[in-house]
Amino acid sequence: MTSMNKTDMQHLIAKRVAAELEGPCVVNLGIGIPTLVAEYMDAGNIYMHTENGLLGVTDVEEADIDPNLVNAGKLPVGEAIGASYFNSSDSFAMIRGGHVDVAILGALQVDQIGVIANWAVPGKNIMGVGGAMDLLVGAKKVFVTMSHTSKDGSSKLLKECTYPITSTRSVDMIFTELAVFEVVDKQLKLVELMPGVTIEELRAKTEADFIH
Amino acid sequence: MSKVISDIKDALACVESGHTVLVGGFGLIGAPLSLIEGLTEKDVTDLTIVSNNLGESGKGLGILLNQNKIKKGIGSYFTSNRDVGDKYQKGEIELELLPQGTLAESLRAGGAGLGGYYTKTGVGTDLAKGKEEREIDGVNYIFEKAIRADVALIRAHKADTLGNLVYYKTARNFNPLMATAANKVIVEVDEIVEPGELNPEEIVTPFLYVDTIIKAQQVLTKEGVVNK
Repeated sequence: MTSMNKTDMQHLIAKRVAAELEGPCVVNLGIGIPTLVAEYMDAGNIYMHTENGLLGVTDVEEADIDPNLVNAGKLPVGEAIGASYFNSSDSFAMIRGGHVDVAILGALQVDQIGVIANWAVPGKNIMGVGGAMDLLVGAKKVFVTMSHTSKDGSSKLLKECTYPITSTRSVDMIFTELAVFEVVDKQLKLVELMPGVTIEELRAKTEADFIH
Repeated sequence: MSKVISDIKDALACVESGHTVLVGGFGLIGAPLSLIEGLTEKDVTDLTIVSNNLGESGKGLGILLNQNKIKKGIGSYFTSNRDVGDKYQKGEIELELLPQGTLAESLRAGGAGLGGYYTKTGVGTDLAKGKEEREIDGVNYIFEKAIRADVALIRAHKADTLGNLVYYKTARNFNPLMATAANKVIVEVDEIVEPGELNPEEIVTPFLYVDTIIKAQQVLTKEGVVNK
């Protein structure tokens, strides 16, 4: 596969994840690539939840930006028809209680049974966790979006995470610019190669074992 | 005695050094900016601040942090203010990191008279270290203690003079929870109305939780924080 710039890569991944969403459903989008998924969704049938207290998130025109209406990334958003506001404890009751259908998150590492690390890096101060751990234990399905490799070219799909894990729960699907994986019986299963990617290239850039 | 006070200094008279103070807001959104500024002008120290973030660098609680008035921070996402990391590195502040849902639920429990609760969130992670683990119906949970405080500083949109509150969009966040979980609750609002003017069906925080009401002197606008 030819190298592509970061923005193109992020949009490629976001578009592919969006194709996986089937309405009607409630989706929680994390920060980074997940935020872009909204651009490619069939919005009429999919409702977005943001953990800072809104069900029914839409995008907003520059002229309509309200500083008190933001998503979990503190970016300005709009209010969909049928939206509702609630406090943080109700919001996380929705998440923990299994009422949110899909959470789409970024990750630093994923291991070969689908356990992810996305909140802390060893040797650095552990300063923020936000809602990541709650989403991992509570969402009915968890989708991970990330670049396949780190800046130094090393695989982010590992035999075992070296960073602190976010939950012992395995995620359901993983989307990178090279491939889509499903986690089946605690094994990574290759679902498809992204356009132009060969199985040899994928194997060379993936430390984790996977089946296909 | 009326709950409505015009002077922020008077409103904050109950805050003492060593107190635990709940501060509403998700970053600056829904944060009681006037009360936080009042606190930066007050001679108090060794505060434990419970808030999702410790403001942003040099803004909101970030000012209080730079004044070295905060002994300990309890929150879920300190990353939004890089000064917190610097202070922590120098050993100038203690931090307790909680998952955001746990922070919210601990406040809810504190306000509802519970000692704590069991949650799945965090099981098997570094944040579960030292916490009691228990299996219930085949699922592992950890015990999380409730949070209560001496004072809560919160932000709402409107209050009536009794102290009934309604909120505005995503500025609600932790505020209604914090209103329930402190010995003294001080709220700043955009507008104060007479009892009967708020629709009883739409009141989010009933008046019995609220002790003191002030009119906000600082508001968050598109251009940033502005003095009214």
